[in-house]
Amino acid sequence: MLFSGRSGRGTASASHGPGRANEFRRLVLPHFDGAYNFARYLTRDPVLSDDVVQDAFVRAFRSFDQVRGTSYRAWLFAIVRNCCRTAQSGSSGKLRLVHESALSSDDARRVEEQADPAPSPEDELVRRSDAETLHQAIEALPEPFREAIVLRELEELSYAEIAQVTGVPIGTVMSRLSRGRSILAQLLLPPSENSDAERSVK
Amino acid sequence: MPACEDQVLTLGALVDGELDAANSALVEAHVARCDGCREELERLQAVRNLLRIDGVRHRSPAGLQARIAALPELSARSSSDRSRMVRWLAPGIVGALAASLAMVAFVGPLQQQSALDSQLVSSHVRSLQPGHLTDVQTTNQHIVKPWFNGKIDFAPPVPELADQGFPLAGGRLDSIEGKTVAAIVYHRRLHTVNLFVWRGAAIGGRRPVEDGFAIDEWSEDGLNFAAVSDIPAQELRQFEGLYRSRAGLRPGAG
Repeated sequence: MLFSGRSGRGTASASHGPGRANEFRRLVLPHFDGAYNFARYLTRDPVLSDDVVQDAFVRAFRSFDQVRGTSYRAWLFAIVRNCCRTAQSGSSGKLRLVHESALSSDDARRVEEQADPAPSPEDELVRRSDAETLHQAIEALPEPFREAIVLRELEELSYAEIAQVTGVPIGTVMSRLSRGRSILAQLLLPPSENSDAERSVK
Repeated sequence: MPACEDQVLTLGALVDGELDAANSALVEAHVARCDGCREELERLQAVRNLLRIDGVRHRSPAGLQARIAALPELSARSSSDRSRMVRWLAPGIVGALAASLAMVAFVGPLQQQSALDSQLVSSHVRSLQPGHLTDVQTTNQHIVKPWFNGKIDFAPPVPELADQGFPLAGGRLDSIEGKTVAAIVYHRRLHTVNLFVWRGAAIGGRRPVEDGFAIDEWSEDGLNFAAVSDIPAQELRQFEGLYRSRAGLRPGAG
C-alpha cells in the first residue's frame, strides 16, 4: 500500500486531533476568566498576566492527553501557578513571550484601558474605588494566603481543589484561608466592638 | 470576646460549605451559645460579602481569550485539514486516480511535519524565557544523563562537545505532539541549541527552516532527534555530525 506506513499515525491523529482540540475547548477554555484572575493576583502585573495565561494554555493543551479523572479547573490553575512561578523566577517582570507578537494591538488596548472611563454614574465610581481598595488589600497578602483567598473567595474552588492546585494538605489550606481572612478583616472591616485586642491597635 | 481558638478553622469551613450536615449542626449549636464565635462568623461573612463586590475579580482583557484560543498551538489544524483532504479526495480514489493516492501520501506527512517543526520552534523559543531553559543545570554529562532516568523510558545520549564549541548547559523535559521528550541543551557562543529526543515512528532526515530557526532532524535507533537553534544552518549541521559521532551513533547521512 502506498500509505500503509502512515495509516496508523493518520488514524491516531484523526481521532484525537480535532476531537482533542474540541474537547479542550469544551472542558478547559470555560475556565479562562478564572485562570486570568488567578494569574493576575499571583503576578500582580497585568502585562505579565497575559503572557502567563497564554503560556499556561499552551502547556495545558499539550498535556491535555495526560489528564484523567481530575478537576480540569484545578489542573489548569496548577499550570497557571507554575507558569507564574517560572515567569517571576527569572529576571523579575522582564519576561516577554516572543512567539506570539500581537503586542502592538495589546499596547493600544492597555492605553485605552488606562484612559478615563466614559462619563459614568457616581455610584459606578464609588464601586470602582471599592474594588480598587479590595484589589490592594488582596495584593498586600503574603502569597500563600493570597492564593488561597483568591481560589476560595473569588474562584470558589473547594478545599480539595485548592489543595490540588497549591500542593499542600487540606489542613494547610484551611489555616491559610483563616489567616488570610483575618488579615483582610483587619484591613477592611471596622474594628470589632467586643475585641479589646483590635481596639487597642486602633 | 474572641472566638474559641479550636473553632476558628471550623467556622471557616462552615462559611465555605465544607462541613457535612452533622458537623454543621454542631458548629451552629456552638455559635448560638458563644458570642465570640458568633462575632467571628459574622466577620467571616462580612469579608466574603466584601470580596463579592463587582470588579474584585479581574476581568480578562477583551480579545485575549479569542487570541489565545486561536493560537496554532491550540488547534489540531494540520490534522483536521488533512482528514478533510482525504475526504475530499475519496471520490478520486474510487475513480482510481493513482495521482490522488500519491497526494494523500505526500500531503499528509508534509503537513504533519510542518506542524512538528512549528512545535519544535515554539518549544525552543519558550525555553529561552528566563528560568525555562533547564531543569537540571550542569555542564557535566554524567549528571544530565542519569537525570533523565525514570522520567522518560529511553536514555538519550549526552555526549560532551565543549571542545568543539558546543558546551553542555543542561537538560529538561518538554512536550512535543503530546509526548514527553528529553531536551538536551547545548550552548554555541551566546546561542542556545535545544536537542529534542523522543521515541516514535522515524521522521527521517530533514533540515527545514521555520520562522528563521534552523532545524535538523534525524532518526536513529528508534529515537527521533531534532536540533533547533538560531545559529546558522551549517553550524547546526556541524552540531548534528559531532553529536552523532560522539554519541556512538552513526554520523553523516541524515
